[in-house]
Amino acid sequence: MIEYAWLIPVLPVIAFALIIAFGRKLHGEGASVAIGGMLASLVISFTIAAQWFLGGASKLHDGLYSVVIPWMPVAGKTIDMGFSVDALTIVMLIVVTVVASMIMIYSIGYMHGDKRYPRYFAYLSLFSAAMLALVVANNILLMFMSWELVGLTSYLLIGFWFEKPSAMRACKKAFLVTRVGDVGFLAGMILLYLQTGSMNLFGEAGVFEHLNEIQGFVHVGPWMIPLIALAGLLLFCGAVGKSAQFPLHVWLPDAMEGPTPVSALIHAATMVAAGVYLIARMYPVFLADTSHIALNVVAYTGAFTALFAASIGIAQNDIKRILAYSTVSQLGYMVMALGVFGYAAAMFHLMTHAFFKAQLFLGSGSVIHGTGTQDIREMGGLRKKMPWTYWTFLISTLSLCGIPFVTAGGWSKEEILTVAFFTNKPVFIAAVIGAFTTAFYMFRLVYKTFHGEPRNHEIHVHESPKVMLVPMVVLATLAVVAGYVGTPFANGFEHNLAPVLGEHYEKALKTALESSGFHAGFHWNIFWIGTLAALSGIGLATIIWLKPILKIEKLEPAFGWLAKIVENKYYIDEIYQATIIRALMLAAAMYWFDKWVIDYCIVNGVGYLSLILAQIWGWFDNNIIDGLVNLSGWMTGFGGRVLRQFQTGVSQQYIFLMVVALVLMSIVFLVGHLSEVKWVIGFFQQ
Amino acid sequence: MGNWVLPAITFLPLAAAVILMFIPKERVGAIRMLSIVLSLIPLGISIWLWAACSHAGAQFPNGAQFGIDIPWIPALGVGFTMGVDSLSIPLIFLTTLLTTLCLIYSTIIEVRPKEYFWMFLLLETGMVGVFTSLDFILFFVFWELSLVPMYFLIGIWGGPRREYAAIKFFLYTMIGSMGMLLAILALYFNGGHTFNMLALAKAQPFASASLAGALVFWGLFVGFAIKVPMWPFHTWLPDAHVEAPTAGSVILAGVLLKMGSYGFMRVLMPMMPQQFTAYWKFIAALALIAIIYGAFVAMAQTDLKKLIAYSSVGHMGFVTLGCAMAANLKAPEVSRVMALNGAQMQAFSHGLITSALFFLVGVVYERAHTRDLAAFGGLGARVPVYAGMLAFCSFASLGLPGMTGFIAELSVLTGTYGISPLFAGLALIGIVVTAAYMLWMIQRVLFGKLNPKYEKMPDADAREIISIAPLMALMLFFGIIPGPIMNFFNTASKAMLGLLK
Amino acid sequence: MAIHSVGYAIPVTWFLTVGAMLFCIGLFGMMVRRSAIGMLLSIELLLNAANINLVAFGSYLKIPVIAGQIFTVFVITLAAAEAAVGLAIVINIYRNEQHIDADKISAMKL
Repeated sequence: MIEYAWLIPVLPVIAFALIIAFGRKLHGEGASVAIGGMLASLVISFTIAAQWFLGGASKLHDGLYSVVIPWMPVAGKTIDMGFSVDALTIVMLIVVTVVASMIMIYSIGYMHGDKRYPRYFAYLSLFSAAMLALVVANNILLMFMSWELVGLTSYLLIGFWFEKPSAMRACKKAFLVTRVGDVGFLAGMILLYLQTGSMNLFGEAGVFEHLNEIQGFVHVGPWMIPLIALAGLLLFCGAVGKSAQFPLHVWLPDAMEGPTPVSALIHAATMVAAGVYLIARMYPVFLADTSHIALNVVAYTGAFTALFAASIGIAQNDIKRILAYSTVSQLGYMVMALGVFGYAAAMFHLMTHAFFKAQLFLGSGSVIHGTGTQDIREMGGLRKKMPWTYWTFLISTLSLCGIPFVTAGGWSKEEILTVAFFTNKPVFIAAVIGAFTTAFYMFRLVYKTFHGEPRNHEIHVHESPKVMLVPMVVLATLAVVAGYVGTPFANGFEHNLAPVLGEHYEKALKTALESSGFHAGFHWNIFWIGTLAALSGIGLATIIWLKPILKIEKLEPAFGWLAKIVENKYYIDEIYQATIIRALMLAAAMYWFDKWVIDYCIVNGVGYLSLILAQIWGWFDNNIIDGLVNLSGWMTGFGGRVLRQFQTGVSQQYIFLMVVALVLMSIVFLVGHLSEVKWVIGFFQQ
Repeated sequence: MGNWVLPAITFLPLAAAVILMFIPKERVGAIRMLSIVLSLIPLGISIWLWAACSHAGAQFPNGAQFGIDIPWIPALGVGFTMGVDSLSIPLIFLTTLLTTLCLIYSTIIEVRPKEYFWMFLLLETGMVGVFTSLDFILFFVFWELSLVPMYFLIGIWGGPRREYAAIKFFLYTMIGSMGMLLAILALYFNGGHTFNMLALAKAQPFASASLAGALVFWGLFVGFAIKVPMWPFHTWLPDAHVEAPTAGSVILAGVLLKMGSYGFMRVLMPMMPQQFTAYWKFIAALALIAIIYGAFVAMAQTDLKKLIAYSSVGHMGFVTLGCAMAANLKAPEVSRVMALNGAQMQAFSHGLITSALFFLVGVVYERAHTRDLAAFGGLGARVPVYAGMLAFCSFASLGLPGMTGFIAELSVLTGTYGISPLFAGLALIGIVVTAAYMLWMIQRVLFGKLNPKYEKMPDADAREIISIAPLMALMLFFGIIPGPIMNFFNTASKAMLGLLK
Repeated sequence: MAIHSVGYAIPVTWFLTVGAMLFCIGLFGMMVRRSAIGMLLSIELLLNAANINLVAFGSYLKIPVIAGQIFTVFVITLAAAEAAVGLAIVINIYRNEQHIDADKISAMKL
């Protein structure tokens, strides 16, 4: 079955094409085709997973199955395309197919009655196809191409309800912000290609084999950094964009304009995870950088984002926005984990996060569907009215907060904290504070939405239909169960994942971990720190919102200004907006320059100059040259007028003139022939 | 003697135009049908050429395929020499395809249709002739020949400021051609009194750098640069495009601009590589300005057609960037070939994408009679087929992977990066800004509330879909499977850079 | 050769003088006469003056053929023809203009 791994992305593409072509005429108005395609991919993925882990296929292919076909000729060589299967791929395949299938089923209920229902499923299929292509790609170029396609489908889906101005602004923002990150990815890709001579990752001629050859340093501003570190940083740019890390995180909260299942699939579970996956897949590049500059940047960016986003989440009132900032924060965790050599921990957290965050979003969708509002200040007391939603939501929240032993999130967070503890203490502290904050605002959300008395009695609340509840239950179950593959006691997850890096880099990773004193396994101190942080967060939230012992209003005067800043997301969006306005002004200025200076002044100026020159020339031609011609004509006329005087028509005057002429001629003759005249005179003298 | 294929493909449209003259101007349907059917013949021939061309066969400047060489004016050394190679065949295909599609689209023209179709067929002869000529005088004849019908197309069937735009286009290009003519004559006198391009490429009359060589280079360069159009010789383009009729804009953007870049690759690179190398940085800088500047200025536009016109300037900047990078003799071979591949691919791709976009602008202009971006809004809800096509083509234009634009830009960037990372980095700014204005354009046209004026707007009809669909199909096909066409470009690049022996 | 009055009593100059005087009278008359008929008469005088000259030289010069006299006959014939034509023209003018005052006839003026 592994040979057919290429079908996994292809089947959803076929579904997409069918739905676009036939739309409503299909069974279930396109939903069945989309779900069918997705389930087929899911079955193939699970079969491959079973074969790989349980059937010994990984041994057979020595940890990596890779197929490459030539695609585009370049100066004697070719750039190839291909797909590969290894443990990392399989993890991602399972995550993506499961979450995507659940969300598609959920969408049947949520998007019921929407006028562009088939189009929605078409886009979802296309997105899934692109995401799956991204994870089976063994070639940076194919990864980049699927990456961009994922961005495209995200754009289409965020802007699905495009009559809403806020939606269209949001989808444009998403695409552009991620594009900024993507150009970094592109630059990194080109750098790697030029240095190693190939776009393929694996194999003799592949990128990973030749990373050692990337020597040399490069000036970046005032610093000198190794070229390989630059490559890593550029690749990280792509991840910063796609995984919404600071400073390119601004698109994710706005992306909540899209339908909630879209937020669940794309902006919680899969697309945003693509950045993390990219770093994980390209980890050898980061490991090859012995100065660890890239990894440090990764770690601190992740840590900062985790805290930053969590702090904003405290002040939000829109249920989806809170979850969005929570996503940004959790992605920060994953990125941070990668930065501190927590390779397996990051991927583990990616998997658990996908499940519980998707479930949280679906739950919020259920709440929105049931109450018709997204503002948590309007809600309250939904616990009794929407029990299924409540309990699944609570389980997933606990998972998010990282309550150990009972939730998957607990295990994955544990892993991250463990690695961070040994390798990077500041990051560890950030992670712990983040855990506290996360628990705090998530339970604020839970209490305000589900507990207490209904704040707005206008809203008629009803539980969601089964088609929406079943996926939620499945995901909530996974949010608990999925963690057991990676417990510190028997970390099957890590065991299978580590070999993905290849022998050389696996060793490098191990060395880096051991040199900081890390030893795997369960550590009581870390366990207590992490759990206490989470529990105290929950506790604080409880005493503020569940049993209002502590009144926040009292803190208002002291911290009001801070709350304002946080509530406005630290005004980052406003800064960006100002930048964009500057860019637009620049654009307008350049247009003005083009229109008036280049075109009007110079080109038209040349034109006018030529016209003036033409006028002068014309005058010259008209008056002087032509004047000469006219003069000759006039002179002829003048001569004629003069000579005409002789022709009076009176015959006697003609005779007179004749006589005069005759006399003159005679005189001339006589004078000329004087000698003969003398003879004639002599003749008459005799 | 030679092969008669090339004269056939060049002069068939002219013959069709002559046949057209005999049809009385009232029989409009017959005129349209006849032109479209007759234009399919050169298209068929160009597809045959595509298939029959051999990559192992002769390439310029060592030779050409399907060549014909008849002495024409022996006293002056002018011969009727035609030939094609991997460089020109994709362009010829593009020309014939776009002409057919334009004629199909233009069946909507009501004013003097007979003259219109006649002009178009004449234009096709001129364009194909440029791509097939291997003799400089012949090349120049066809080059100038393509100006006249375009002038009339803009001047008679154009928008409100059509006379201004037509004259500007004509005079601007003609001034460049004058420099070109002088340079050609200089080549003639110094290259052994022949106008044959193959002979001149072998002779390389200005191989040793000198003032004369530089002047000749710049004479030719400016002539081609005006056509491309390169910054700062680009200002004729927005006016010409905005005022031209839809099909006129399409053929202008799709083919006439490529004549300039073809000139760089066919004439300047093989015949004056030393001069090209000397100035590569300057030319690359101009190209970079075009990319970034074109993108920013496009963003500031409120007229949809002008926006796409400026996007043309930006895209053709990539073509020039690739050429300039490839001209750098000191650069690594692989990078040079990649850059040149990218340049040719971008030329071809731009011919597909921007033509499709101009068609789409025409579609909406027919219905709304305005091109003001602020006047649109929410069309996505009313005209889904059109919206899909516009979105598809806009994403192709901004270089979405899976379409030809991405392959082209990637190749150019990779080649450039290997030679000068600074230039590549700056070009990336252009890419981001391009994405910005394209998305903004889509938003203003397709999204938002439906403007009540367009409640009843009809969707794209069969004629329009037939004109645009082949372009979209090609964009997608070559974007996913670039192999077949990249083979052409690869071979041509290697030949041009003298790497083929 | 000398053309003396060899064999003749009157010197040839007397004939020539008469001819010259007649010529001058005719010329003067042509220029001055207002009447067209008067001009015609003057023309006759002119022609006859030339005749006298011709005859005089014809007989005084010893030449075998009598060229002078023959020429004179031509001239007389021509004079007659010309007088006829001239009179016809004058009659036409009179019919058109009701006068034959030569000074006033200037229709051929440029």
